[in-house]
Amino acid sequence: MGAALARAGFRRYSTYRQATLAGLSTNIVFGMLRMYVLVAAGAAAGGVMAGYTVPQLGTYIWVGQGLLATILMWGWTELSDRVRSGDVVADLLRPVNPVWTYLATDLGRAGHAALIRLLVPVLFGALFFPFYWPREPLSYPLFGVSLVLAVLLCFACRYLVNLTAFWLLDIRGVVSLWMAAAGVLSGLYFPLAFLPGWLAAILQYGTPFPSLMQFPTDVAVERGGLAGQLERIGVQVAWTAVMYAVVFYVQRRAMRKLVIQGG
Amino acid sequence: MADGTVTAYRRMLTAQVRSMTQYRASFAIDLTTQTVFTVLDIVAVLVIFRVTPSLGGFTLKQVLLVSSLAAIGFALADLLVGNVERLRHYVRTGLLDAVLIRPLSALGQLLVLDFAPRRLGRVLFSATLLTVVVSTSDIDWTPSRVLLLAITPLSAALFFSAVFVLTACVAFWWIDSGEFANSLTYGGRDFTSYPVTVFDGLFRRVFGFLLGFGFVGYYPALGILGIPDPLGMPSFFVWGGPFVAGIAALLATVAWRTGLRHYKGAGS
Repeated sequence: MGAALARAGFRRYSTYRQATLAGLSTNIVFGMLRMYVLVAAGAAAGGVMAGYTVPQLGTYIWVGQGLLATILMWGWTELSDRVRSGDVVADLLRPVNPVWTYLATDLGRAGHAALIRLLVPVLFGALFFPFYWPREPLSYPLFGVSLVLAVLLCFACRYLVNLTAFWLLDIRGVVSLWMAAAGVLSGLYFPLAFLPGWLAAILQYGTPFPSLMQFPTDVAVERGGLAGQLERIGVQVAWTAVMYAVVFYVQRRAMRKLVIQGG
Repeated sequence: MADGTVTAYRRMLTAQVRSMTQYRASFAIDLTTQTVFTVLDIVAVLVIFRVTPSLGGFTLKQVLLVSSLAAIGFALADLLVGNVERLRHYVRTGLLDAVLIRPLSALGQLLVLDFAPRRLGRVLFSATLLTVVVSTSDIDWTPSRVLLLAITPLSAALFFSAVFVLTACVAFWWIDSGEFANSLTYGGRDFTSYPVTVFDGLFRRVFGFLLGFGFVGYYPALGILGIPDPLGMPSFFVWGGPFVAGIAALLATVAWRTGLRHYKGAGS
């Protein structure tokens, strides 16, 4: 059944062709904006900044732009909308935990996004800007693992944000808090290594955000070699486990809180 | 404007502000994070200067003047007309029909209907930032530089307002345009946060000069600081802001009117 839901998720997003095109061009414009800023900074800093060469920064930016849509960091309020309208009751009546049904659909969506929204910006960046292709063949499957973990983890975070609707009903505030935190703390705006060492360390181990974007891109640019890649994937696994435990716990509490609106 | 019109707008505005502040906890978080967003744009500039001594040939203080001039213009435009980006939603659902049958201007209603008081925080923060940057920079004040500093936030606000309206108009022809508008509105804001010299080639020519984003913060900042343009453009470019904003506003008006005439309803 999970596979059927995933296929449905894939098909649903593959029908939004124009929205995909609009999203892609937006990712590419923002990728170029970030690229020029970091290239200019790199030129003034003598080619290497916080251990990143300019081609590595190129890979970091274009993979990051692609990840944004693949993990769907922003703009998912399906569950909270259904809580608000009361439709969530239909989800709860099914014999499967709604976490799994929503996750299966999301994996299908992510599969579609990885093929279009991740691949196209990466190819664009590689064609027109300095770009670092991983040297070790092993880095490619490791990036795949890191990408899947980021998708799973991001879904858990979004699901948790949506669950607050059981208490707040209007979750706009929580959503914008999540957008701000996820944007800057995940390493979307600048590599976290640009921050003071202690602050970067707190963020990387103490919060789930870098596991969403900084770690997959670091795995792609082979930061810290194989040991660095494995360590980052290990932290991703740990945070994914923690976040799913939190999601299941909060969902149980939400069930007790549930008030069905309307008739 | 007739008294009745003013009353109608005031009522709609009051109702919107009341509904926005109804869920208090959510509104408080929203107001805070909207401000945080503007703070983060500036933090991004500061963080990049941690790892590099200069950017596009400019120091941190100089870049911050460019960024804060652009930030205040963007924040004002976002507060006043930013919600026009919801036009897409109105066109898709056919709600625009309801707006069109009322005896008030369609644009005026849209702006009031979705007015977002949470964006006030951004305006306050960027005004504070500009004050701090200007008062701590070493500027040789002349009457013309004071005038330039006074008009730049206004022309930047007019320019960004025009960009908001122009990109929202795309929805009249292309309903599924999705986040496409963001690349010019938020993308434009990101572009104007840095000196034009940071960018290169076709990208710089298109964004900086053809689309006019270079005149939002960069050229006025050069004029206020009294620095010649490294790109060698004539010195009257520093006064280009109001002219570019005027042209953009004219184009936005034409696009809005044409778009409204083109709109045929959602068929519901």
